[in-house]
Amino acid sequence: MVHLKVNGSAQTFDGDPEMPLLWYLRDILGLTGTKFGCGMALCGACTVLQNGKAVRSCQQPLGKLEGANITTIEGISAHGPHPVQKAWAEVNVPQCGYCQPGQIMQAVSLLSSRPHPSDQDIDDGMAGNICRCGTYQRIRAAIHEAAKETA
Amino acid sequence: MITIEKTSSEGFVIENVSRRNFLQGMLSASAFVLCVEKAPLLANAARNGAPIVGAPVVGMGSVPEIDATAFHPGVFLGIQPDGTVLIVAHRTEMGNGVRTSLPRIVADELDADWARVKVVQGDGDERYGSQDTDGSHSVREFFDTLREAGATARLMLIRAAAQQWGVAEGECVADPVHVVSHKTSKRTLGYGELASLAAKQPVPKKEELQLKSPSEWRYIGKPAPGYDVTDVCAGKPVFGMDVRVDGMLYAAIAHPPVLGGKVKSVDDAATLKVKGVKQTIPIAPFTPPHHFQPLGGVAVIADNTWSAFKGRKNLRIEWDNGANASYTSSEYKKQLQETARKPGKAVHTNGDPDAEFAKGGKIIEAEYYAPHLAHASMEPPVAVADVQADKVTVWSPTQNPQGVQEEVAKALGMKKEDVTCHVTFLGGGFGRKSKPDYAVEAAVLSKKTGKPVKVVWSREDDIKFDYYHSVAAMYIKAAVDDKGMPKAWVQRSVFPSISSTFDKDAIYGSAGEMSLGWNVIPFDVPNFRSENGPAVNHVRIGWLRSVANIYHAFAVQTFANELAYAAGRDPYDYLLALLGTGRMVDADQPKEVAGKYPYDTTRLRRVAEIAADKAGWGKKKSGKGWGMGMAVHRSFLTYVASVVEVEVDGTGAVTIPRVTTAVDAGIVANPDMVLSQFQGAAVFGTSIARTGEITATSGVIDQSNFNDYPVARMNDAPVHVDVHIVESSAPPAGVGEPGVPPMAPAICNAIYAATGKRVRELPLSRNGFA
Repeated sequence: MVHLKVNGSAQTFDGDPEMPLLWYLRDILGLTGTKFGCGMALCGACTVLQNGKAVRSCQQPLGKLEGANITTIEGISAHGPHPVQKAWAEVNVPQCGYCQPGQIMQAVSLLSSRPHPSDQDIDDGMAGNICRCGTYQRIRAAIHEAAKETA
Repeated sequence: MITIEKTSSEGFVIENVSRRNFLQGMLSASAFVLCVEKAPLLANAARNGAPIVGAPVVGMGSVPEIDATAFHPGVFLGIQPDGTVLIVAHRTEMGNGVRTSLPRIVADELDADWARVKVVQGDGDERYGSQDTDGSHSVREFFDTLREAGATARLMLIRAAAQQWGVAEGECVADPVHVVSHKTSKRTLGYGELASLAAKQPVPKKEELQLKSPSEWRYIGKPAPGYDVTDVCAGKPVFGMDVRVDGMLYAAIAHPPVLGGKVKSVDDAATLKVKGVKQTIPIAPFTPPHHFQPLGGVAVIADNTWSAFKGRKNLRIEWDNGANASYTSSEYKKQLQETARKPGKAVHTNGDPDAEFAKGGKIIEAEYYAPHLAHASMEPPVAVADVQADKVTVWSPTQNPQGVQEEVAKALGMKKEDVTCHVTFLGGGFGRKSKPDYAVEAAVLSKKTGKPVKVVWSREDDIKFDYYHSVAAMYIKAAVDDKGMPKAWVQRSVFPSISSTFDKDAIYGSAGEMSLGWNVIPFDVPNFRSENGPAVNHVRIGWLRSVANIYHAFAVQTFANELAYAAGRDPYDYLLALLGTGRMVDADQPKEVAGKYPYDTTRLRRVAEIAADKAGWGKKKSGKGWGMGMAVHRSFLTYVASVVEVEVDGTGAVTIPRVTTAVDAGIVANPDMVLSQFQGAAVFGTSIARTGEITATSGVIDQSNFNDYPVARMNDAPVHVDVHIVESSAPPAGVGEPGVPPMAPAICNAIYAATGKRVRELPLSRNGFA
């Protein structure tokens, strides 16, 4: 039996301990904002926060998450849009939108460690998140925008 | 009570269908619903380009007895008594912005308050005509129809108000938004208040409509954020991957590793031991041609996605790989190149190039090669189907909901009308999701299990079993005069055709593929011939964002750059000289298209000038690891020029500090969406140029995920993409795809300027660059 917190609420899981957090969130809890893109931590679509830091949920087996505190895209906007989400909308970042929850979670994590990132910081911090529509330029702008907001 | 009005014999029919059951549950009984049907101007033109240029068209609503063989673009809009305006997005949203741009066209002519518009996604229905969202024609095909739909509803609202007040129609105006006002008494009635009375108005004739002049547009041509942007940023929209239906099972399928392969034997003992796995089910191989049929294989059915994946990994399958096991890319490449060196089938001829070549003189020739590509949309293919005795419901991220209906019906031996296809949000499409094979898989498995089934493709499935963008070998030669200008030009392309997906014997490119940047060139060359040579397919070939334009523009625009250097001239000056002073090119366009969208090199020249100017062309000397390159291309009726700046270090590492693109797409519905599309296309094109390559060994695709099929990330995409939209009153043209084709040649031309190394084979990773 694994005990963990997802978006503040306590959960228990007694299924296959190899099941990645991604599929637990999506198929068991119905939190589908976290996306499946590659299953190999290559694209970042499944990014969530584990104890406040960005992780690829497709590579986090449930068996290793005892006591973990997980925050998903649904969890950062429980009380209205997060400043990063506001900046994303302000810049009109999304095209198809599928990768954006992962991008936003990565950006939240980046800004928590570097509140005022340089372009280089952003490129380094976001390089693990693929956007096939190619919204990178706007993502960079939105992160700078969000950094102003949280200043 | 249903009122139906047919207003003209010109194929323009508007029906007042206020009491129809469309949008039932969403609209109140007294809501005003309007459906517009209009015979399309360009339907046949699009058909001639088949199957690449998806047929135009729209639809929504329950409009009976419309000839299914004709194309009938139309649109529904409804006004609720509370003033909410419902507008149907009949086309698929996949990042192309149609859920914003199309409804805003209707809302503009309706003088609706955008904040009170609710966008409804249309299901698939043949009575709407084709809904296939590819070929960059959502706005271009429906601009007029959508405006007329809005204007019709507005006039009926005005007439309803005039009737209510007992005043002349001419004394009433729709002003400000969402309100009809009486000019003299200043009385007003809201659209919601007028809805039920408007529903009783006869439908005005088309000639009674007063469309706005462009200066009066509220929304058209004005930048607007995406309709769904807030929801998207909150992770709320339901993509295909997110569909959950009560009692749903999950399936992962072990597909035959080689196209046309079959299962010899299966051992599923280890699979059935995986927690959550319910059963395995064989899927029959397809009957050639593969079309949109499932590939066959073995499905693992489980109660969650992970168990299905894990169970599939434990299958032990022996395959009969079949004839395509002979396919190895390196060998196949040689065959394509051999074919490209021999005369092919003439596609388009001007003057007498052979006579000119026979005169001798300076001849320049070159060969180009571009590999297969995979779509790799961020959301892999996925679909849910619920098959019941007499009906089927499918939820699918599809660019082609009617294709889903047709193929599912065909596979199950049912009627198309018995298949409902709900269109979800798409996590990217790029043409892959026009092919409904994955929805058919879900339907076949739902029938066999008696439960709703969700088929989930992994990334590996997506990369290994795609409908690949075609590999192509090209050859070009030119005879040049003493100033280095071409007097004669012959070009030949050889590639396995998309037609092979529909006809197993097809070995030549279709007219549609030829029209994508190959049959003609924009250059002023008196003697010209385009040719095409035969090639047999060994994988499924499909259309990918901008299709054959990708390899064709790569060859033509690189060759033009080579000619410039051979002439000792600046490539931009030389390009302008090649384009000439401006003329109409006979591009074999269907008459209806040519009339509305003539191929005008003046417009191509103009975008070249703008891009060069904005990029600061010629201000800095290329060389020593820095360079600028340029390419121009017309596709999907839009004129594009891109200037790319590159830096190349001693190890061959390429960075792209800036791309400057100028676009003439005629009237644009939403400029910010156009910027997005071109910014995105620059990144998509960069992926193609840098690393895009799918290869096969003994019929098995070598790549599998983003590790071996890399796409551009933030740190290797262009840093800045500046897009300049030419203000134009020309009819709207395409914007989703035309940004892609100039990218690869512009990057390669820039690399030549920076390093002196010519790239004639994509991707760059094959040429010592990273």
